[in-house]
Amino acid sequence: MTQAVTQPATEKSIAISLRGATKRFATKDGAGFTAIRDVDLDVAAGEFVSVVGPTGCGKSTTLSLVSGLEPSSTGTVTVRGEPVRGIPDGVGYMFQADAVLPWKNVLDNVAIGLRYRGTDRKQAERRARDWIARVGLAGFEDRYPHQLSGGMRKRVAMAQTLITEPSLLLLDEPFGALDVQTRELMQDELLDLWSGSGAAVVFVTHDLTEAISLADRVVVMTAGPATVKDVVAIDLPRPRRVEEIRLTPEFTELYRRVWDSLREEVEITRARGASRVA
Amino acid sequence: MSLETIVREQPTATEPAASPARRRGAVAFLRGRTGHAPVLVNAVRVALVLVWLGSWELAARTVVDPFYYSMPSAIWDKLVIWFTEGTSQGTIWENIAVTLEEAVLGFVIGTFAGVVLGVLLGRSRFTAEVLAPFIKGANAIPRIVLASLFVIWFGLGMSSKVATAFVLVFFAVFFNAFQGAREVDKVLVDNARILGASRWDLMRTIILPSATSWILASMHVAFGFALIGAIVGEFTGADKGLGILINHAQGNFDAPGIYAGMLITTVLALVAEWLITKLERRLTSWRPQPTAQAAGL
Repeated sequence: MTQAVTQPATEKSIAISLRGATKRFATKDGAGFTAIRDVDLDVAAGEFVSVVGPTGCGKSTTLSLVSGLEPSSTGTVTVRGEPVRGIPDGVGYMFQADAVLPWKNVLDNVAIGLRYRGTDRKQAERRARDWIARVGLAGFEDRYPHQLSGGMRKRVAMAQTLITEPSLLLLDEPFGALDVQTRELMQDELLDLWSGSGAAVVFVTHDLTEAISLADRVVVMTAGPATVKDVVAIDLPRPRRVEEIRLTPEFTELYRRVWDSLREEVEITRARGASRVA
Repeated sequence: MSLETIVREQPTATEPAASPARRRGAVAFLRGRTGHAPVLVNAVRVALVLVWLGSWELAARTVVDPFYYSMPSAIWDKLVIWFTEGTSQGTIWENIAVTLEEAVLGFVIGTFAGVVLGVLLGRSRFTAEVLAPFIKGANAIPRIVLASLFVIWFGLGMSSKVATAFVLVFFAVFFNAFQGAREVDKVLVDNARILGASRWDLMRTIILPSATSWILASMHVAFGFALIGAIVGEFTGADKGLGILINHAQGNFDAPGIYAGMLITTVLALVAEWLITKLERRLTSWRPQPTAQAAGL
C-alpha cells in the first residue's frame, strides 16, 4: 500500500471530499450544538478509511453528511466531484442500530434494496439468495429477524447493503454490539467482501484495534465538536486476517502511534464527563 | 376465545413497549396458564356460570320480581320465540343482518379513513401541529349525541347509523394510526432511504407495517364502538335492527327482550373479536408469538 498520507494520488479518483464541513444542530435552549467543525477529508475510490475519536464526538455526523441524510451547515461535501444534495447514487450505509425490517424475512430484507430500485421480483430474489449465501446465511432465507442472533442480523444488514453494490460504503460502528469473537469474524468477512469491489469505505468506530486492522488510513478526530486531528497511514500488507495482524510488531507500533494522538482527546472528553457528573 | 387481546390493547394503545413482563404476567393469569390443567379451569368456569344462572333463576322464582329483573328461563323463551316465530320487526335474522351491516360498514369506512388520515398526519408534523386543537376538540364532543344530528341529516335509513358507527370508529383508529406513524424507528426510515426507497415505498414498506400493531390494537375496541354506534343509531329511530328491538322491549316493559337483544349483540361482538384476532395473528406473524412467551413463564 502506497497511499499518500493526507490526500489520495489523483483528483480523478476522489470518491468523497469534505472541505470545511461544519454541522450545527438547533437545540431547545436556542444555543445550538456544533457536532463537527471544519472537517477536511478526502477518500479515494477503493480506499478503506477508518475514523476514530472519543465517544460522542460527532463521528456519525460526518457519515450522515456524506450520505445526504443531513445537509451540512457550512462547508462543502462532494461525492465523486458532485456536491451532495439528497442521497447520492451508489451510497451504502450500515447503521449502528439494527436496521433490518422485523416484518420481512431474510430473503425479502436482502432483496428490498433491489426492489426499491425497480429490479423485478424474480431477479431480485435470485441475487438476494446469492448474497445470503455469501454472508453465510444459506438456509435461513425464510427466518424473521427476531429468530436470528445479533451476529446473524448484522450479516443480513451487510447483505442488504452490499447487494446494491455501493461504490461508497459508510459504516457506523456496525459491529459495536457484537461479542468479540463474532466481531472479528465479521471484520474478516467485511474485508473479503470489500476486496476487489473497488468501493470507498468510511468505517466509524471507537475501537482502535478494529480501525487499524481494517483500514488503509486511520483518521483521528478531536473531542467534540470534532475536527480532523491526525491521519495515520496503515501500511500493513493485504489480504489481512484481523486476528493475526494485530499480533505483529508493526501493528503494535501503529497502535501506539494512533493512541498517542487519540489519548489527549479521550482525556478531554473524560474530563468533561466528570465535570458534568460532579 | 382468550382475554389476552383485551389485556394487550390497553398497554399497546399508550406505549407498546411498556413492561412486557408485567403484561405477560397478566396474560398468563387471564389465560389460566398458571400451571393448572385446562380441563379443571374450564370445569370451574362452567360451574360458575351454572351457579350464577341458577341463583338468578331461583331468586326470580322466590324473592325478586321477575317482571323487573327477568330470569334466565324467560330470556331463553324470548330467544326461542325470536328465532322460531320472529320478532315484531320481522325475522330475527333480518334484524341481526341490518345491525351487522350498519356496524360493519361504519367499521370498514371508519377504519380506512382513520388509518389514511392518521398515517398521513403522523408523517406530516406541520399539518399535525396546525390541526391538533381541532382534532382534540372534535374528539372531546360526546359523539354519541351526533346520532340525533345524523337522523336529521340522513333520515331514518341505514346511512344515519353507519355515520354514527363511523364517527365512533374513526377517532379510535385515527389516534392509534397517528401515534403508530409517529413512532416509526428513524433508523429504519434512514436505512430504507439509503437503499433507494421512494416516498410511496417508505409508506408501504416501513411506515404502514410499523404502525400495524398500533392500528390492530385499536381495531379491537373499534368494532365494539361500531356496534354501539349502530345500536344507538337505531334507538334514535329505525324500522329494523337489534337496537330497535331493544328499544321496543323497553317501551313494553319487556325485560327478557332487553336481555335477549343484549345477548345477541354480545355474541356478535365476540365473533367479531375472534375474527380481528385471527387477522391480527396473520398480519403480525413476523413477531414472536405472545402465546409461546406466556407459556414459557
